[in-house]
Amino acid sequence: MPQTLAEKILSLASGKNLKAGQTAIVPLSLAYFQDGTGPLGLRQLEKLNIKKLANPEKSIFFIDHSAPSPRKELSNDHMFIRDFAKSTGAIVHDVGDGVCHQIAAESYVRPGDVVIGGDSHTCTGGAFAAFATGMGSTDVAIGMALGKTWFRVPETIKVELKGYIPRFVTSKDIILHLIGLIGADGATYKSLEFCGDFAEKLPMPERLTISNMAVEAGAKVGLFASDNKTKQYLAKYGRENDYKEISSDPDAYYEQVITIEVDKLTPVVACPHTVDNTKPVSQVKNIKIDQVFIGTCTNGRIEDLRYAACVFKDRKVKARTIITPASRDVFIQASKEGLIETILKAGATIMTPGCGACVGVHGGILGDDENCLATQNRNFQGRMGNPKGNIYLSSPIVAACSAITGVITDPDEFFGN
Amino acid sequence: MSNILKGKAWKFGDDISTDHIAPGRLFHLRSNLPELAKHVLEDADPDFASKMSSGDFVIGGNNFGLGSSREHAPTIIKLAGVSAVIAKSFARIFYRNAINVGLPVIILDTDKIDATDELELELENGILKNLSKNEEYNFPPLPRVMTQILSDGGLVEHIKKYGDFNI
Ligand code: SF4
Repeated sequence: MPQTLAEKILSLASGKNLKAGQTAIVPLSLAYFQDGTGPLGLRQLEKLNIKKLANPEKSIFFIDHSAPSPRKELSNDHMFIRDFAKSTGAIVHDVGDGVCHQIAAESYVRPGDVVIGGDSHTCTGGAFAAFATGMGSTDVAIGMALGKTWFRVPETIKVELKGYIPRFVTSKDIILHLIGLIGADGATYKSLEFCGDFAEKLPMPERLTISNMAVEAGAKVGLFASDNKTKQYLAKYGRENDYKEISSDPDAYYEQVITIEVDKLTPVVACPHTVDNTKPVSQVKNIKIDQVFIGTCTNGRIEDLRYAACVFKDRKVKARTIITPASRDVFIQASKEGLIETILKAGATIMTPGCGACVGVHGGILGDDENCLATQNRNFQGRMGNPKGNIYLSSPIVAACSAITGVITDPDEFFGN
Repeated sequence: MSNILKGKAWKFGDDISTDHIAPGRLFHLRSNLPELAKHVLEDADPDFASKMSSGDFVIGGNNFGLGSSREHAPTIIKLAGVSAVIAKSFARIFYRNAINVGLPVIILDTDKIDATDELELELENGILKNLSKNEEYNFPPLPRVMTQILSDGGLVEHIKKYGDFNI
């Protein structure tokens, strides 16, 4: 039977010949938690009196959502996590290391892996041809303890990306466009498999952005085949030996095929309060922006900071602007390249690598009726700490141009010819 | 899980996210679930938590529970005393989490149910009775794995019982 990427990865991992619709118990390559979901999972293990993990060296705790901690309750949660990791030998990435999914991409996820994370954007790892998906605390905790979990093998929607991308359009615009097209529940329970000549050209950081947002269409995973780009990215982090080629079979069965001609795309903005409320930037330009936030597991990578610095060079921001590198590595690279100086001189500020303002705990909570343009993946009501705030989502280029003008801005007009 | 669940309907719209149910600004209460439960669904309906009674039902539209993987969301709905969440459709992670924490989730066309309707749920028979309207709705059973986990009382109880997945 020819297989989709999802079927193939789960079959390889389980040693069974699986197809969509079947349920299987699958061994895990990696299981991780962040500081918001870890403590609940660990309390579940306490109820079961489980004090040992199947593979401590494949079990990771990231302190990223409230880092550094803004409240004593959260500091105590962090202590609880550190103590547990110490007693079981699990790995901890502490305050300042960065967002879980970015560190997972830099250091852990490999093609063919089966990864579960106590965070919905664990699907970011799909960019490596890894079956990476978010789950709740109990599932992840038990997965860590037993080294396996159960899955229903998902049906697949194939998304073909074709053509050449216009200037100022990024992979963020592609995925926002797709979510606008199929809706926030358009791929519920499904695997999204990205392919086509443009997908093959996309470098890993841009693939990571697309896979990251698969869950915003309800998908379980957002997968790319592994290829030379995957190999290069792994090599950059000294992990070339982690490479394995994995692709779907030519005659695999797809429930639906969606073709996106990327030539026709323009920058896209998702308007409050759902990610599928997308509009071309031209239709929302001139909306006043109080805060711009560039960062997160979606768009806080070095490439994104380069976009920001390029726009900010010799200019000043009008909107309050917060930049949060996704990881320590990104931060170091940005300072080497002089991006940090450019960003600071433009009047923006830099926060500790981590989730920062994205999840509304600290680091940029909105005031009543304030508008924020952010590069994150979600704009739900209350997401940035205030149900009376309004969140617009865009690429880092649109966000950076808008930071300078103080209103939502089309980069084409900003730069002219 | 064999008993009949009875209570009043509380209506919510489409796309109720886990940020509506258990928002990030209350992150510091995540290790204090009874306190967090006092704010359940606050950003969708500020009166819900204080006015609902134990046994009541949360009625959603499409894509209930979308967003974050936070299991705190179904956990505090259950902790508040809600009998079940009934919606036209659910987001994937919320659905599986709800089963894992022992909160029944039911898929049916909720347009037929109005706020304050008195409902009676026979989970095992797949029947929801609308006592106010004198109507009866059938719903499909959960996938087999989930029926098993839910009837064991959630995933922790399931593992306690079998020491492993028994599905
Ligand atoms: S950056 Fe935002 S979306 Fe990404 S893991 Fe952190 S809170 Fe979640």
